[in-house]
Amino acid sequence: MKGEVLAEVLDAIAAKRPIVLATNLESGEQRLLGPGDGETDEERVHVSTALRLDRPVTTEADAGPRRFYQPFNPPLRMVLVGAVHIAQPLSVMATLAGYEVTIVDPRTAFAAAERFPGVTLNLSWPDEALESLDLDARCAVVTLTHDPKLDDPALGVALESDAFFIGCLGSKKTHATRLKRLRKAGFADAELERIRGPVGLPIGSRSPSEIAVSVLAQVIESLRKP
Amino acid sequence: MADQSEAEVLTAAREWKAAGHRVALATVVKTWGSSPRPAGSHLAVRDDSFFLGSVSGGCVEGRVVEEALGVMQTGEPKLVEFGVSNDEAWEVGLACGGRVEIFVEALE
Repeated sequence: MKGEVLAEVLDAIAAKRPIVLATNLESGEQRLLGPGDGETDEERVHVSTALRLDRPVTTEADAGPRRFYQPFNPPLRMVLVGAVHIAQPLSVMATLAGYEVTIVDPRTAFAAAERFPGVTLNLSWPDEALESLDLDARCAVVTLTHDPKLDDPALGVALESDAFFIGCLGSKKTHATRLKRLRKAGFADAELERIRGPVGLPIGSRSPSEIAVSVLAQVIESLRKP
Repeated sequence: MADQSEAEVLTAAREWKAAGHRVALATVVKTWGSSPRPAGSHLAVRDDSFFLGSVSGGCVEGRVVEEALGVMQTGEPKLVEFGVSNDEAWEVGLACGGRVEIFVEALE
């Protein structure tokens, strides 16, 4: 590997920029490709697959020299809107699973550092907070407040982003009225289909910790089994 | 997912190189059956045989370090395969019964 190639890979990781290192396994020749890059349609598919699944793609010899496409993705992030009870176990579990967690809640009584030791808290209004986070395809957004004043502005920003997961806590009934409001705000049904609501896999969760497990499980499923 | 620790291994490789060492990188490019480290895992090897990272659960690292020292000499990248179907299985086979293919290259 050339020193410049390694330097570029490390720069991309530091800048949280997705990049794919393509290696010709016979000659050792290497190239760096960004999302959408590739010399052929086939190569573009390998690049996008590697980035989406966060897993290398190795091609076999029947299609020319064997090649290895290794993705270097930005870190996984989870944005929780609402510093509510469920956010406490969920932020801890998501951190363990490798997510950089940010909790957004302008209500200082909720977003108190004592309630969330070691977690990044953002006290801005949710739309402002989510815009400043510059959401990308490695982000999951989960709204937990049940309060349209707080949840809806966050959803507005999340729906405009490439976030791989958008979920909303709340009953089916709450979710139906939420969708109605968002439709009124101009979102098309196709866009609203991205929202998982009520969020979480149906495992019969009752306590906040159990609900956190079901939410995190659904986020993981959506990342790994898209 | 592997970004953090893999980035640390790659960063170490760059630092060793900058400090004047010869360095080689080994990358898992393919696995069959159960094998402890997924494709994309790195082992960075220095010319004094010091290494960081892993390409197996410790089963084949010794052999990979030897290959890496060879590649530093020749400058020619190399694909090596370890596993139960290999003749060397008795010596350096993976206990889990898997197979792993590793690309070894010098850092230029």
